[in-house]
Amino acid sequence: MNLRRIGTSLIAPAIGLAVSIGATALILIAIGANVITIFSSMWTYGTSPRAMTLMLNLATVYFLSALAVSIGFKMNLFNIGVNGQYILGSLAAAVVASNLQLPKVISITLTILTAMFVGAAWAGIAAWLKVARGVSEVISTIMLNFIAIGIISYLIVRTSIGTETSVNIRGTKLIPESGMLRGSAFIDPGTKVYGFFIISIFVGIAYWFLLNRTRFGFDLRATGKSATAARTSGVQSTRMIVTAMLLSGAIAGLVGLPYLLGQTGSYNLQFPTEWGFIGIAIALLGRNNPLGIAVGAIFVAFLDVSSGQLVLEGVPREISTIMQGLIVIVVVISYEVVRRNQVKSEQRNVAKALAKQEVSA
Amino acid sequence: MTYLKSRRFIGAAFTAITMLSITRTITSNGDLTSTVTIAQALVFASPIALAGLAGIWAERAGVINIGLEGMMILGTFGAGWAGWQWGAWAGVLAGIVFGAIGGLLLAVATVTFGVDQIIAGTAINLLALGTTKFLAILLFTNAPGGGQAQSPPIKGEIPVFTVDSIVTPLSALHEEGIFFVSDLAGLVAGLFYNMSLLTIITVLLFVMTGYVLWKTAIGLRLRSAGENPWAADSLGVKVVQYKYAAVVFSGMLAGLGGAYLSIASTIYRNGNTAGRGYIGLATMIFGDWRPGGTAAGAMMFGYIDTLRLIDSGNQNVKGLILLGAIILLAIGAWMLRSAKRNAAIGFLLLASVMVGAYFSATSFPPEVAQVAPYITTLLVLATASQNLRPPAADGVPYRKGEDH
Repeated sequence: MNLRRIGTSLIAPAIGLAVSIGATALILIAIGANVITIFSSMWTYGTSPRAMTLMLNLATVYFLSALAVSIGFKMNLFNIGVNGQYILGSLAAAVVASNLQLPKVISITLTILTAMFVGAAWAGIAAWLKVARGVSEVISTIMLNFIAIGIISYLIVRTSIGTETSVNIRGTKLIPESGMLRGSAFIDPGTKVYGFFIISIFVGIAYWFLLNRTRFGFDLRATGKSATAARTSGVQSTRMIVTAMLLSGAIAGLVGLPYLLGQTGSYNLQFPTEWGFIGIAIALLGRNNPLGIAVGAIFVAFLDVSSGQLVLEGVPREISTIMQGLIVIVVVISYEVVRRNQVKSEQRNVAKALAKQEVSA
Repeated sequence: MTYLKSRRFIGAAFTAITMLSITRTITSNGDLTSTVTIAQALVFASPIALAGLAGIWAERAGVINIGLEGMMILGTFGAGWAGWQWGAWAGVLAGIVFGAIGGLLLAVATVTFGVDQIIAGTAINLLALGTTKFLAILLFTNAPGGGQAQSPPIKGEIPVFTVDSIVTPLSALHEEGIFFVSDLAGLVAGLFYNMSLLTIITVLLFVMTGYVLWKTAIGLRLRSAGENPWAADSLGVKVVQYKYAAVVFSGMLAGLGGAYLSIASTIYRNGNTAGRGYIGLATMIFGDWRPGGTAAGAMMFGYIDTLRLIDSGNQNVKGLILLGAIILLAIGAWMLRSAKRNAAIGFLLLASVMVGAYFSATSFPPEVAQVAPYITTLLVLATASQNLRPPAADGVPYRKGEDH
């Protein structure tokens, strides 16, 4: 029974993968590229030690982003605002960390707490707007993303928070080495796996524990399944909304840290600002399950990293974004189709059983 | 009814011009109501307005369209690709067709398969972004005047009208600086200065939408699909067909909005939409899922954007702050009367802070104006969301014969 459930939950992603690879192949054929060469060169490069390292680093970022989104999904909340939450969180973390001269453990802890706090606070605005003023979090978080970009551009361009870190690039002061988490080069001698990789695993475990082994997690999932049923059994839905949104924002605050503490050491105006959207896609692929999300994050990161190689074959690397979009849309459609078929077969079984009863009676 | 409506419209326009006029007089900054400002604001507002209108069509039929951004991107690309080869009108057409493809995709996912609309929209945004960047590299890199991230210039242009016999005297009147009269003159002249045919088409589409959705049987059926599709179905409305038509048309409008952007900047450029699809969505909510309010919201974005970008003496943003304060004061005073005390006090406090800021600072950074429209949208949503009335079955998947 359980095996069958696992089987059916894997059908949809498998179909999604197959269809999107097929569609990508068609696109490649259409532009006159050699599909086999391209897929094999993606595979060869993607499995090289250097690419694996880059992939793990990117996957760490994606994993955190998707976790943040998925904690909202569990409650039927759409946190489209991960972008805003993590760029503000990263900026605040960069400012705090660059002013600390403390032992590594303390410094990093403070940096992480800052990022989580700022991310949660920014998400908190959307939470307040939702519970107190009835504003849909989808639209408020989108607005907050734009506002965050404005605030950051102001702080870096016009205040002393920003300095000229390298030629013509303004950013925060460099974080001292004691505050960095550069990680170790255990796969490829030339590139380091971010130190945050380990931390993100702990975040994933904590997420799983919180949702599946605590009263709070139970209430959260219950409210997501049926708000009215949860309310009747004594769950305060507004409190759940606020808590879920704050938690989502807190995790979102971490999204930029692997890169900040492992690579740049400074938040500058070139810091990526779109890692939140891919989190939505990955949370879906992983069905809001931390293990599924981890697999999804690694897969998408693999596509992103290995597609960099395609330029050499004359194929734009954006094919990976196309694939990601295709996968999401095909996967959600196949989830729905699988679900409908399940409902149908259940109905058939019930009908059969009833018919038998009638005959025997 | 119509009489009341037109009276309300004239009243609102009168109030708006008075506030603009007061601000212009205090700041003695003629830019605030000048012909050029208004003309440019219309250019900035139109693509956003079209996205908002696209949102109205989809959501009135019960389908949330977060994919507007993606459909707009497709529109910008279509316009650049066809416009470069066959001229501007071909570009507009291709923008509409490309947008429609995005709409069709959303319709298949949400109407036929009933998947979550926000997720499907997000996927379309991702797909549109990837596809256009991908094709841009393939099609434009070796084209004369093109590049990896932009198309060659669009050939020909969409007619742009300037009625000199109106603009010249009115602009002169604007220069006089007479309270109210000069401002009205500047605003009116703005409507006859560099007026693109595409802007006129946009306005006509708004009028058409108001008429079709609220005054015809087709519109009633379409909206019933968004309010209560099960009841509509029981009355014989072909809900699925209406939803399909509405979402595809929504894609066409968003595509037109994208085409407008490309035509206005004479090329397709990666990232030219810069989130305008989302902004359009905000203006739609701002406007209570109706064309009039949506147009007003889009105009606000266009106006603020214009003042920010033509700000030569660094005074426009300052003027905007005062204008905002005056508007908040008025709303606050009105709310005091209607016994919404807490919100009223909040508004009056905010207004006085802004007045204080206006008089104590010599200039404001442009970022203030950059975020102002988004903050305004949030403020409007926070204070008015109880009065906003989205379609009752907006975002609810519908399947014929299946209960909800």
